[in-house]
Amino acid sequence: MGGRPVIETEGLTKVYGSQIAVNKLTFSIMEGEIFGFLGPNGAGKTTTLLMLLGLTEPTSGKARVCGFDPAREGLRVKEKVGYLPENVGFYDDMNARQNLRFFARLNRVPERVSGPRIDALLEDVGLLGEATKKVGAFSKGMRQRLAIAEVLVKGPEVVFLDEPTVGLDPDGTNRMLDMIHSLSRDKGITVFLSSHLLDQVQRVCDRVGIMIKGNLVAAGHMDDLAREKLGIETEEFTLEEIYMKYFKEA
Amino acid sequence: MQGILTIFRKEMEDYFSSIRFVLISALIVMVGVIIASMVGMTIREEVRGMAKPTLLFLYLFTSTGKLFSFTQFIGFFGPLIGIVLGFDAINRERASRTLGKLVSQPIYRDAIINAKFLAGVATIAVILVSIVLIISGLGVTLLGIVPGIEEVLRLVIYLLISLLYISFWLGISILFSVVFRNTSTSALAALALWIFSSFLVPLGAGFISDALAPVGETSGGEVEAVLKHEELQRAISLFSPTSLYGDATSTILDPMRKTARSVVLVGPLERISQERFQNPLPVGQSLSIVAPYVISLVALTLLCFGICYLVFMRQEIRTV
Repeated sequence: MGGRPVIETEGLTKVYGSQIAVNKLTFSIMEGEIFGFLGPNGAGKTTTLLMLLGLTEPTSGKARVCGFDPAREGLRVKEKVGYLPENVGFYDDMNARQNLRFFARLNRVPERVSGPRIDALLEDVGLLGEATKKVGAFSKGMRQRLAIAEVLVKGPEVVFLDEPTVGLDPDGTNRMLDMIHSLSRDKGITVFLSSHLLDQVQRVCDRVGIMIKGNLVAAGHMDDLAREKLGIETEEFTLEEIYMKYFKEA
Repeated sequence: MQGILTIFRKEMEDYFSSIRFVLISALIVMVGVIIASMVGMTIREEVRGMAKPTLLFLYLFTSTGKLFSFTQFIGFFGPLIGIVLGFDAINRERASRTLGKLVSQPIYRDAIINAKFLAGVATIAVILVSIVLIISGLGVTLLGIVPGIEEVLRLVIYLLISLLYISFWLGISILFSVVFRNTSTSALAALALWIFSSFLVPLGAGFISDALAPVGETSGGEVEAVLKHEELQRAISLFSPTSLYGDATSTILDPMRKTARSVVLVGPLERISQERFQNPLPVGQSLSIVAPYVISLVALTLLCFGICYLVFMRQEIRTV
């Protein structure tokens, strides 16, 4: 885990009409870490992700992702960042490999690199046997695994995962969490994981940020947050306890 | 550039493997072949025994025969090709939740819409060129004459104007696919506009000019009143791309036509001088007659694509 911050924001704010979706967000994420971004539905998690990707312009404040400003150098950011949206979709009448190849081409990955890379990724997510099946026939779990492969096909430095385990069965969830863990551990990719499934976040994340009603109410290592909020020194806490404490205060 | 090329390639693959493409080409080829063979046989009967028939080839496309001519058919059904190819261009991506993924790739956002428009235009070009080639081939076998350079040139210009005309409708339907989230809504909206433009505008033009510049008992059929009525009606129908297209192509494909207007006021002396020049116009002259129509069509198409582009670029892409 390097000491270089990959994502930094300063006073990042987004206002829709009279509603403040994200309020003066300031945090940083280090290279190679898994950052859990928590919060109830509608807390502004997705809006933050979209701002970090340069898909939505912030009303005020600054952000830097991999050294680039997403609002002005969106293309450079998108070259380095893989984004897995919530409820991801595919071109259902193309097969798994064709879907991956399309996104490899959009990212200007040369064919001689993308061919072996696509095979390796399909192998990693356990879909090599289904590579020539149309994606329309895939189950939810398979689609989600294919989505991970698709995010990685560009060879990103950072991945943004928006609710990657929603709707998966327990086995699928476990496989997904293992994959997320190995992204950081084996490939050194920084993972920004947005979720409201707290036990899962607790299993894989190094640090967490808790967002409620547009405000980042806490950010740090889970142990530190536990000590601060619950006054316990041991490992005997769940993230849910910390989260509920913050939630009630807000 | 890479982004446009990649999406363009995928869209072309999608079009050529889609059922709608097969259906629409089958329909057009079927109608085209039926019209051309009917017209071809009629022409063959009529010119039997004629020593040196001239300007026959283009009649294949303009002669109405028993039903309607090929150009009328394209003028009427052409918009449908554009609408069918474009009505779900953007909102299908939205519905299948692939648009959010697409815009988070390192491509300019306009690459998406440019590539989709260009792929549609290329597909339309393929359909049009093949049907014109099929009809020409039929014509050569039926009539036993080969088109001259002049006629080929006119056909090429006709193809370009038709491509422009159908692209206008492609632009309209892509615009609706950006504005409306629902694919059936955008299809219906585009169809409504098509019907409005092909039926109601010409009809409305008649009504409005009747109201504003009546020709009847009071004016006693004076030349000025008739002319004013006619001018007004034309001015209004110029807002309909269907009328623009009809006027432009009928002049281009018929060298004997010297004006795109239906009513021409001539004095007795002018009539005599006109009758002395009953020869067909060269292509360049026909082209200069229709230039204003073509320019209007270009302007309409660009305007439509421009609006579509602006709306799409300003739209917030949320995956919600």
